[in-house]
Amino acid sequence: MSGHAHHPEPLAPVEARVAAIESVLVEQGLFDTEALDAIVETFEHNLGPMNGARVVARAWVNPDYRRRLLEDGTAAIAELGFGGPEGDHMVVVENTPSVHNLVVCTLCSCYPWPVLGLPPAWYKSPPYRSRAVREPRTLLAEMGTVVPDDVEIHVWDSSAEVRYLVLPERPPGTENLTEDELAPLVTRDAMIGVERW
Amino acid sequence: MDGIHDLGGMEGFGRVAHTPSEPVFGADWERRAVRVMLAVNMAVQAGGPAFRHSIERMDPGHYLNSSYYEHWLTGVCTLAVEGGLTSAEDLAARAGGPFPLAAAARGRAPSDGGGHRAEPRFAPGDAVRVRDLHPLGHTRAPRYVQGRRGTVTRVDGAFNFPDLEAFGERVLDPTYSVAFTSRELWGDGAEDGSTVHVDLWERYLEAGA
Repeated sequence: MSGHAHHPEPLAPVEARVAAIESVLVEQGLFDTEALDAIVETFEHNLGPMNGARVVARAWVNPDYRRRLLEDGTAAIAELGFGGPEGDHMVVVENTPSVHNLVVCTLCSCYPWPVLGLPPAWYKSPPYRSRAVREPRTLLAEMGTVVPDDVEIHVWDSSAEVRYLVLPERPPGTENLTEDELAPLVTRDAMIGVERW
Repeated sequence: MDGIHDLGGMEGFGRVAHTPSEPVFGADWERRAVRVMLAVNMAVQAGGPAFRHSIERMDPGHYLNSSYYEHWLTGVCTLAVEGGLTSAEDLAARAGGPFPLAAAARGRAPSDGGGHRAEPRFAPGDAVRVRDLHPLGHTRAPRYVQGRRGTVTRVDGAFNFPDLEAFGERVLDPTYSVAFTSRELWGDGAEDGSTVHVDLWERYLEAGA
């Protein structure tokens, strides 16, 4: 018994695998480094929860904007200049004293890039994807967010073309803050629904 | 396909390793994997469904033991081989060791002859049942809703049907958001007080009383 089947040769390091396919693409003239870097830099610097926070803060101070946002999320978000891939069909779901919303993608990693950026590793992980639809209340409590029993939880599985953003409730004690002062209070986790205040 | 990616409702994965914030890329190779993903998908003209299906076909053990950007890398390298840009042997030689790729596709949904459908057949409030499809190929009907009854809550317009688009056939089909009670999905194991909304193409649905 060699036991080879149980001790296969370790995989080539992932860095070496990336370099391997890069070299194939470069040799075939299919790798425009400058253009690709520009796209990735947009992902890194122009997309992110700071955009979603502007949307939420505007909705908190402006009832007309809030109404438009809940009626047509894509158009209202575009008013602030945000849109594009993974954000072309936005639906905004509103937390209330009796409803809490939670967003997941059980099949892969769908996430509203223009307003939240690229998803964090935990959002794409098996524990989050498997449990969010099966035991959301238990999962949220484990993550530090206790949703009272009389609050209904709505879980949104982003399985088609729509991407979701949670509109959290405006925190108590912020009545005198301006839109610009409110935006920094809005967390990514509240806009996914794993945080509630 | 009822693959390892179709995680909704599975048990045993434990706690979420949550971080309140983190760098966009945890390592330089992740950033480079994104560039590779963009370049390959452009070169072989793969859209979202074909790209997703390449990841779904990964070995389940590898899928669970690798990070999401490694999924991207494995998927697009599989597409690059299938698209004739390189070979599995060439990639392994360049990488200096075993280079895992996803398995070959096992099949696709048959063309149903229905053609483009833009006019939705269902309306908000309609009772529907998700068909028991379990196709061997790509699908966006999660296993945990197949066969289950729900209520249409939103009509979202027509988009290419992913089960066919993954294999290059573009057929429009209306999409809906469908609400399922936790009890309908999980029976006696359900947590009360929750509703799960799943977005589904019309071809996945039938009228259900």
